[in-house]
Amino acid sequence: MSGPTRVPSGEETIEFTFDGTSYHARQGDTLAAALLANGIGLVGRSFKYHRPRGIMTAGIEEPNALVTVGTGGRAEPNTRATDVFVYPGMVAKSQNRWPSLSFDVASIFGLAAPALGAGFYYKTFFGPAKHWLRYEGFIRRAAGLGNAPTEPDPDNFSQSAGFCDVLVVGAGPAGLKAALDAAEAGKRVWLVEQDAVPGGSLLRDPDPAIDPGAMVERIEALGGKVFLRTTASGYWDHNFLTLSQRLVEPGAVPPHGFAQRLWHVRAGRVVLATGLIERPVPFANNDHPGVMLSQAVRSYVRRWGVVPGKRVVIATNNDDAYLTATALVEAGAEVVALLDARASGPAAPAGVTVYHDARPASVSGRKHALRKVTAVIGGSEQSFDADLIAVSGGFVPVSHLHMQAGGKLEWNVEAQAFIPGSNPQVCETVGSALAPPPAPAVAPAGKAKKSFVDFQNDVSLADIDLAWQEGYRSVEHLKRYTTLGMATDQGKTSNMVALSRLAEKQGVTVPEAGLTTFRPPFTPVTMGLLAGAGARNAGAHVRRIPLHALHEAHDPIWQPLGYWFRPRAYPVNGETLQQAALREARTVRTAAGLSDVSTLGKFEVSGPDAAKLLELVCATTVGKLAVGRGRYTFMCREDGFVNDDGTVWRLAENRYLLTSSTGGADRMAHFMSYVRNSLRPELKCSVVNVQEYYGGIALAGPKARGILAALTGAEPPRHMGYAPGMLAGVPVHVLAASYSGERAFEIHVEASHAAAVWQAIEAATRAEGGAPYGLEAMELLRIEKGHVVVGGEVDGRSTPQDLGLGGMLNKAGGFIGAAGLTRPALSDPNRNNLVGLVSLDGPIPEGGMLIQRAGQSPQGHVTAAARRIIEGGAIALALLQGGHHRHGEELIVTSPTRGEKARVRVTSPHFYDPAGERYRD
Amino acid sequence: MYQITCPHCGPRAQTEFTYERTTDSVVDPAGDAQTAMQALYTRANPMGLDDEIWRHTYGCRAWMVLTRHRVSHEIHAVKAIGPEALP
Amino acid sequence: MKTPYSAFSLLRGALNGQKHWEPAWRDPEPKASYDVIIIGGGGHGLATAYYLAKVHGIRNVAVLEKGWIGGGNVGRNTTLVRSNYRLPQLHNFFEFGLKLWHGLSDDLNYNVMFSPRGAMFLGHNDGDMIKLAERGDAMRCDGIDAELLTPKQIAKIEPLLDLSRTARFPIDGALIQWRAGTARHDAVAWGYARAADALGVDIIQKCEVTGFVKDGNRIIGVETSRGRILAGRTGICVAGHSGHVAGLAGLRLPIESQTLQALVTEGVKPMVQSVVMSQSLHFYISQSDKGGIVMGGDPDNWPSYARRGQPTIKEHAIAQAVTCMPALSRLRMLRTWSGVTDMSFDGSPIIGPSPIDGLYLNAGWCYGGFKATPASGWTYAHTLATGKPHALNAPFSLERFMTGATIDETSVGPFPNHR
Repeated sequence: MSGPTRVPSGEETIEFTFDGTSYHARQGDTLAAALLANGIGLVGRSFKYHRPRGIMTAGIEEPNALVTVGTGGRAEPNTRATDVFVYPGMVAKSQNRWPSLSFDVASIFGLAAPALGAGFYYKTFFGPAKHWLRYEGFIRRAAGLGNAPTEPDPDNFSQSAGFCDVLVVGAGPAGLKAALDAAEAGKRVWLVEQDAVPGGSLLRDPDPAIDPGAMVERIEALGGKVFLRTTASGYWDHNFLTLSQRLVEPGAVPPHGFAQRLWHVRAGRVVLATGLIERPVPFANNDHPGVMLSQAVRSYVRRWGVVPGKRVVIATNNDDAYLTATALVEAGAEVVALLDARASGPAAPAGVTVYHDARPASVSGRKHALRKVTAVIGGSEQSFDADLIAVSGGFVPVSHLHMQAGGKLEWNVEAQAFIPGSNPQVCETVGSALAPPPAPAVAPAGKAKKSFVDFQNDVSLADIDLAWQEGYRSVEHLKRYTTLGMATDQGKTSNMVALSRLAEKQGVTVPEAGLTTFRPPFTPVTMGLLAGAGARNAGAHVRRIPLHALHEAHDPIWQPLGYWFRPRAYPVNGETLQQAALREARTVRTAAGLSDVSTLGKFEVSGPDAAKLLELVCATTVGKLAVGRGRYTFMCREDGFVNDDGTVWRLAENRYLLTSSTGGADRMAHFMSYVRNSLRPELKCSVVNVQEYYGGIALAGPKARGILAALTGAEPPRHMGYAPGMLAGVPVHVLAASYSGERAFEIHVEASHAAAVWQAIEAATRAEGGAPYGLEAMELLRIEKGHVVVGGEVDGRSTPQDLGLGGMLNKAGGFIGAAGLTRPALSDPNRNNLVGLVSLDGPIPEGGMLIQRAGQSPQGHVTAAARRIIEGGAIALALLQGGHHRHGEELIVTSPTRGEKARVRVTSPHFYDPAGERYRD
Repeated sequence: MYQITCPHCGPRAQTEFTYERTTDSVVDPAGDAQTAMQALYTRANPMGLDDEIWRHTYGCRAWMVLTRHRVSHEIHAVKAIGPEALP
Repeated sequence: MKTPYSAFSLLRGALNGQKHWEPAWRDPEPKASYDVIIIGGGGHGLATAYYLAKVHGIRNVAVLEKGWIGGGNVGRNTTLVRSNYRLPQLHNFFEFGLKLWHGLSDDLNYNVMFSPRGAMFLGHNDGDMIKLAERGDAMRCDGIDAELLTPKQIAKIEPLLDLSRTARFPIDGALIQWRAGTARHDAVAWGYARAADALGVDIIQKCEVTGFVKDGNRIIGVETSRGRILAGRTGICVAGHSGHVAGLAGLRLPIESQTLQALVTEGVKPMVQSVVMSQSLHFYISQSDKGGIVMGGDPDNWPSYARRGQPTIKEHAIAQAVTCMPALSRLRMLRTWSGVTDMSFDGSPIIGPSPIDGLYLNAGWCYGGFKATPASGWTYAHTLATGKPHALNAPFSLERFMTGATIDETSVGPFPNHR
């Protein structure tokens, strides 16, 4: 028997399954430790060649041992076995193998490896793109790692903001000390640690003088916060960091419904105590189960009591691996050889034979462990029977966060490592990351082809050499051509090995060869966590109108409009949307209807300079408006195109109300603020956004005036007049504005009183044979009247002239957009102009294209289609090239995507009461 | 994510602010059309400092000018503008 | 003559350790002068050089790259290729490019892995669906493929989308362009470089342009970190940094640089078949051949030349994507990156002569430049070869901002940050 073992102690009380078989683990075991303890060395398959892979590390840098943990919607694919702690009932599965882990059909890719080197796919699979799509199907199925869950995620993820004076990353000896020092100095301290227990390297190499548990207690007693299972994953501008905190282990059921928490933290100072990652050693078959990093071996022995091998070869270029020899000997394993690439080293434990100038060249093995290690010692080869090789190729300081923060690196020749240097943010690195043990460069002894560098992506030294040979020589080209460092471990174990090879090829030092950029995240972050509560609503809150509940009682069809929801129609007796809308519109044309217009943009502009401000904002004249009068207006962007439209009312000498469209209300609010505060701060006026202060009700139809007169006990203002009034005991503003083409009023009322007013108007309206109407009826009404809508005819590309509004422009100029309008292309006679269309046959497809004959490029499009409300027959509004001068022309509206067509005649857009007679009493 | 020191509220997260435009792209509605279009449609867009108009939109809603480095994101100065900042 | 790429040659390599491959491009010293200099060794610059040599027979061409070729936005995008624009100037331009994409691997003898897997825009309400139909109809009338999908049809292609009626943004349908898809972005730069190099184009890396050589109002060459190089015509092609480089010639452009972020998840087995975008929301997702879900969202809405983004912008896009496709929830974001984009002031590119003689502009690609690579290279090569725009890029002149003939697909107007 050989391979990993653990002496049973009776503490193996946690049951879990791996690939359907039950095993037992001890409290505190990572899945990797538990698998090794159960003698399991083969854990996964590599990405490209499906080579058998085991556990190489004991930390987050693990490239090989990826498993899916959890079931159903909680399953987390690609979980590193070294970064998940076993819990009762945990279900883990191996990935990227079929039909089973030990017999994987796709491992035949390995046989074809000589033809499938770096970038092979760029050189073959030619032919039409459709052919590639077919080959790609095979490649895609072979690639990928685990499977994404197909069921919805049952858990929530929370997001919180935090602030602290000092944020310490890493609870190893240096981090604990930094955090305790800061806490004792009275600072608000946060200490974050990705492991489940504090200690860092102390868990592997205990120091009796340091008690991590006691230090954590002390920090907390001083008011500091210690976050375990929390990773500082991103370091952004101005000392802003994102932390991802696991509240439960992957796949586990969270007791309070939250699986993880994302912290957005602004820190006064950041201390990075992130330590070192060990470098693997390239030699042939160095990816086999049974090849493990030296410190990882020590961790398994000391922290978890698991001995990953019985007969062990150690290969190193530094002193640290000698400690592994000691740990193994203490644990009863046999260290059959310690291969030191250097000419001399420290004393080895008794009974361990040290070979100097010795490098591993190849290994071979069986399923869960090695069988033989072959080394080059001096100039000659020697083989050892061994089930494990513990390797150390030196150390890489964990400088990811330092680099994300914009820090510089310094090259340390003795350690062959980049060490964190200066940092532009308030950030320092402490601890072992600053002082990696000396470890000289060592030339690989094995065959390049099977000497893996990036284990997960199957990138070997030979692939690096091929990329170099083909001219992919910058470090970024190398990375992109070979996919080196792009696997889920993000090159944590491979980058420096590859860089050394590149430097060797170039004949330059490693820093001259360059370095790829470090970007967030440090370790992969769950998407659901980044989405947070937004995973349920796309981060889009629902905006509710004040009368929402009242409408709800009528069970309307709701219409989303931005974040708002508005009633689209109020069907009765099983009406369809179209039937309901037509009935409602007819009611407005023949009796009266009421509608909720609360979402309109509304701005109260007051002060002696109010008119001056409005004459900047509005492209029409405002100054001449009499008190108690209003008018239609529109606003241009600075480039001259129409931005929004609405009405402007003079409520009092120096007090105006400006309304604008629902869709553009937020944009208009920002624009009004810009003009008033930034562009014209000297004006004596105030602009108050009263959009949500008022609820708005439109009352329209031939009976509207009578209804309103009865309700207010006063003669309503004539068309485009304003009057304050009382309705249902509530003060209201009555604006005699019409969108429908009927005599109509907008009644604006303080939102909390809107319900009473609505109910009074509704009752009175129904008594007169009227009814509420929704947005769809409003569309029918306004299309027939030829009124434009923002987002429809006002499409951000239309000028006032295009829309037939040119005559209303303020002749004196000076308004925003006047300059833009002088540009020649804005008065091109062939621009798209607003026209009406009357169908000569069937319905007109909305959005359809206007052409003269089939096969022609479109000359315009239908912006809105409807039917005549009383008379019947299809009509539409459209934007047509040179349309102002094409009334009477016959065209075709075509919609190839819907297979619809209509013959139409171009007309004026004003189908209904063009003279405005219905506004008169 | 930057931290912007609002002249009225103090240091706040960037998410509370919106960028409007550079100070040299402010269009004077009373000016001539050519100058207006030059201001609207050309930018220095330097790989260095520029003066930018920002608004504390999701805060006090006041306007300010940030002198900000376009590569390092360092904010060299914040100046209040608008009615509050008039002499 | 370089060894052509083929399956046969790969198999031959299997026997010799792939030792027979030459460098994909040479590493020449710059000459004293060229007929045409292209500043910027990105996808567009390399494509321009290739078509100058191939279509116009102009081979005395240098591409000057300050870093390594393909290191700008061609190496930092989300690899989407499509021509489904509403406005004719745009869809005609991009459609010309899409046709080139379909034969590009063969043309370059470099598999750029263009994969026409379809790109769909989701519609979330009737208004969206009308807008999508309008876009599709405009495309179809101009001979470009577009098809409306019902939710049932969508479910067949993307079963993991949340197609329930109770979704926050229910999916009412989609507009799909089947001929659209994705390509291997780096391979596009390398493929053009290799093919251009084979036709004699000098690709000069680590050569930063630091100024222009002027003769009156004419640019006659450039000053570089590797000395002065003269040229008959000089083309700027450095989207992301156009403002900076044009500034060296004294030009102010209608462009502001912004950061656009993207991300990829850990690889999983196939789960997203097509490219999914949304008419109302701002995210786009596709799955790479390695299995990672590639996605992006809104740009950081303020000027920046820093290739690092703001985390909450990304989180918002992820929230939208996870809402529409809940199965993304337990995947993990593996890698993020950012590109510096030239945000033009109508959202459309600028390709054509500049106000300075001898100097030409290819800029303003906003966040849509990758898909344009072949069409941009083709039309810019035409412009540099003849001194005049090709019919397809004539609408994309710099003058349009002053004349008012802007091409504003998203109809937001002159401020990219209002987009």
